[in-house]
Amino acid sequence: MYDGGKIITGLVIGLALLLFPFFYTAGKAARAPERELTAKAKEAEKCIEATAFMKTGHMKLLDEWRDEVVRDADRYYTSNLTGEVHYKSIQVTCMECHSNKTKFCDRCHTYAGVDPFCWDCHIAPKESE
Amino acid sequence: MNFVVSIVFSGAVVTLLVLIPWVGVGAFDLRVLFGIVIPYAAVITFFAGLVAKVIGWGRSPVPFRIPTTAGQQWSLPWIKANRVDNPKGNGGVVLRMIFEVLLFRSLFRNTRMEFRNGPRITYEFEKWLWLFGLLFHYAFLVIIIRHLRFFTEPIPFFVKLLENLDGFMQIGIAPLTGYQLPGLFLSGMVLLAAVGFLFLRRLLSAQIRHISLPGDYFPLFLIGAIGFTGILMRYLLKVDIVAVKELTMGLVSFHPTIPGGVGVLFYIHLFLVSVLFFYFPFSKLVHLGGVFLSPTRNLANNSRAVRHVNPWSYPVKTHTYDEYEEEFRDKMVEAGLPVEKAPEPEEEASEEETGEKE
Ligand code: HEC
Ligand code: HEC
Ligand code: HEC
Repeated sequence: MYDGGKIITGLVIGLALLLFPFFYTAGKAARAPERELTAKAKEAEKCIEATAFMKTGHMKLLDEWRDEVVRDADRYYTSNLTGEVHYKSIQVTCMECHSNKTKFCDRCHTYAGVDPFCWDCHIAPKESE
Repeated sequence: MNFVVSIVFSGAVVTLLVLIPWVGVGAFDLRVLFGIVIPYAAVITFFAGLVAKVIGWGRSPVPFRIPTTAGQQWSLPWIKANRVDNPKGNGGVVLRMIFEVLLFRSLFRNTRMEFRNGPRITYEFEKWLWLFGLLFHYAFLVIIIRHLRFFTEPIPFFVKLLENLDGFMQIGIAPLTGYQLPGLFLSGMVLLAAVGFLFLRRLLSAQIRHISLPGDYFPLFLIGAIGFTGILMRYLLKVDIVAVKELTMGLVSFHPTIPGGVGVLFYIHLFLVSVLFFYFPFSKLVHLGGVFLSPTRNLANNSRAVRHVNPWSYPVKTHTYDEYEEEFRDKMVEAGLPVEKAPEPEEEASEEETGEKE
């Protein structure tokens, strides 16, 4: 090889950068953290909508609620799943059942690397422990 | 190849690549194949191919330094030389490489030659390719670094930092109710816009259209399709991000798993990325490694100061005049030809001859 020393050094640095996630993880399996349901949520058994929808679409629902409340003063939502009527509010409704924010919302969000800025203004539930 | 054929062909291949996982996962539930086997095979091919390419380039001799005319070469102390554009030492080369790799300097120099007002040549300012090329590559880099959130646990701080910068507008994909969360990442949009420009450039400029081949259109379409499926997943059709991360973490930790509840769209995205990895080392995309080994950029122009021996020079058997004369001196003298070195033994012999005569 010509200039072999330099080329191999460059190649090793390049590979180390590209393979960074493999070194960083170093074979440790990282399963998704368990989400804890509060006693209240367990009792309710069901979320506002189907679990599969909530998993992927809860931010859409929140966004719809926000606009409908703030722009149209439309404060009540009828669930397509149970037919129950819910007060459209992140603070009051969601966090009433999911009052364990750090063990529910945050576990997922930390794992997925999302950091909703909603809590800059909205008040997160007080948690004991 | 006709450009219509090239475009239709590349488009058809990308369409097929979308349909394969769609049918494979959607109809036949081949999740292990598309979620584990193909991604691993793709990554192995990518790294093996890249290393083989770089070593192949390393083994190719570059016998001569290729001075580029962009700057005055160093010659005499009182002639001003350009140390970066035409460097004589390694320091200048490093700077030149940094400008090239990070800022695409040689693309920046692009001008367009045109005839204006009769037979008068003008050189036009032409920075669009540089601008969109730069946008494309940096958007791609940001997207790749952002994707580390799927491949690391805990997620390193710089990923978070970059996400905040990328999403600083804090707007959604569309100003419509229900489309304002999750927040928009600008890089995705910039990437698609730049791909769009790079495609239109090939399509609309007659000269570039003439030299474009499927190998130029296909990567653009493939990257466009990857970006488009990614945007669909994030903002519109939604997939279960937490399950997706379980799958990707399984891949990087070598404990592969197939979590339930991940939609077909994700497998289409993953398959297209795998194809990009497979295709990478065998296509023009391998300039990822190649840019570091471009001889016009990475060699100091010291042809006058240092002797560079052509490594492929064949060891020619020479027979110099000295050797020739050595061999034939007797005969040359006999024939009365002039010789450079007077033959000593000849003189002795003639003395002997004269002795005999006496
Ligand atoms: C009536 C109580 C109740 C309310 C109100 C409620 N949830 Fe739920 N939520 C639940 C229960 C119970 C589950 C678990 C469902 C299951 O496991 O199938 C759940 C599940 C979820 C999940 C999926 C969690 C997982 O691990 O897969 C998300 C996300 C979620 N809720 C978000 C919300 C948001 C956002 C709101 C407000 C819009 C909300 N929930 C309001 C009871 C509630
Ligand atoms: C700048 C401060 C601010 C931020 C940040 C913010 N909100 Fe709000 N939000 C408000 C205010 C003010 C209201 C109006 C409250 C009312 O009239 O009841 C509101 C109302 C809402 C409502 C309906 C009423 C209620 O009680 O919940 C929802 C839902 C909502 N916001 C969701 C969100 C979500 C989701 C986020 C994060 C993406 C968010 N908000 C971020 C200030 C904020
Ligand atoms: C099953 C895991 C999970 C749970 C539980 C969960 N989230 Fe999320 N949430 C996510 C994921 C994943 C995203 C990011 C989606 C994306 O990036 O496309 C997200 C995004 C959001 C966003 C939009 C943030 C942004 O800036 O884009 C809001 C708001 C939000 N979640 C609120 C909540 C609230 C409130 C709760 C608790 C009641 C909750 N989430 C529980 C997984 C979860």
